[in-house]
Amino acid sequence: MKLNFEVDGDDFLLAGEASSQVKKVLKQLGVASDIIRRIAIAMYEAEINMVLHANGGMVDVDISPEKIYIVFQDTGPGIEDIELAMQEGYSTASDKIRELGFGAGMGLPNMKRYSDDLKITSELGKGTKVEIIVYLNREGD
Amino acid sequence: MKLEEVKQILNAEVLVGEDRLDREVLLACGSDLMSDVLAFVKEKVLLLTGLTNPQVIRTAEMMDIKAIVFVRGKQPDPETIQLAEKKNIVILKTKYPLYIACGLLYSNGLTGDEKKQEEGYEVKF
Repeated sequence: MKLNFEVDGDDFLLAGEASSQVKKVLKQLGVASDIIRRIAIAMYEAEINMVLHANGGMVDVDISPEKIYIVFQDTGPGIEDIELAMQEGYSTASDKIRELGFGAGMGLPNMKRYSDDLKITSELGKGTKVEIIVYLNREGD
Repeated sequence: MKLEEVKQILNAEVLVGEDRLDREVLLACGSDLMSDVLAFVKEKVLLLTGLTNPQVIRTAEMMDIKAIVFVRGKQPDPETIQLAEKKNIVILKTKYPLYIACGLLYSNGLTGDEKKQEEGYEVKF
């Protein structure tokens, strides 16, 4: 099953709606609730990042019986140092973003924590691509 | 602990979900940082926060959090209330600050019983 979403970079109220819809679909498909929660959190962090840092973008979701593969593509400013951005607590967020409760430097670490595979490719001035894979049948340890 | 009891302990006003106060919570999380909340994954958690924008509701939705207490007497904006109604999340409002509200709930028994968590209420990854 393939799903596509356009994330509006100007509407903070709507940020998270794509994650919400995917969560609903996974529930209907009968995926275990702890796995759904991991996917929802990783996806929501990525979606919020897109809205706050990159003025929105596109989300492609591919659900197969064994895994969910999500691709976030934006045309934002890009990430200068991905390794640094992966560190807990590191953030380039503005005061405005922080006032909203984000920008704690936990977005990318949370995506990594809750996904089975995370791949980030970015080019300065061109945009960022975030790929998340979560296996749907793997037992949690 | 039932939400009805949370309401009484915090002398709280119910903004959304007056008819759903029989929901039970096993543990609470007090934070104004949504990314920290998103790093804290447990079942049947009550969220206490001073942040009142709609993304607090989104965060709760992703985490399967069924109830939120807004502290320091903060009144959320109408968009936040509407989203909570749509997402079936109970909203309470208390005049107590975050620290006091958490302390009152903890001292009244909302401690996240370790034994219960071992029995599977806590989700481990």
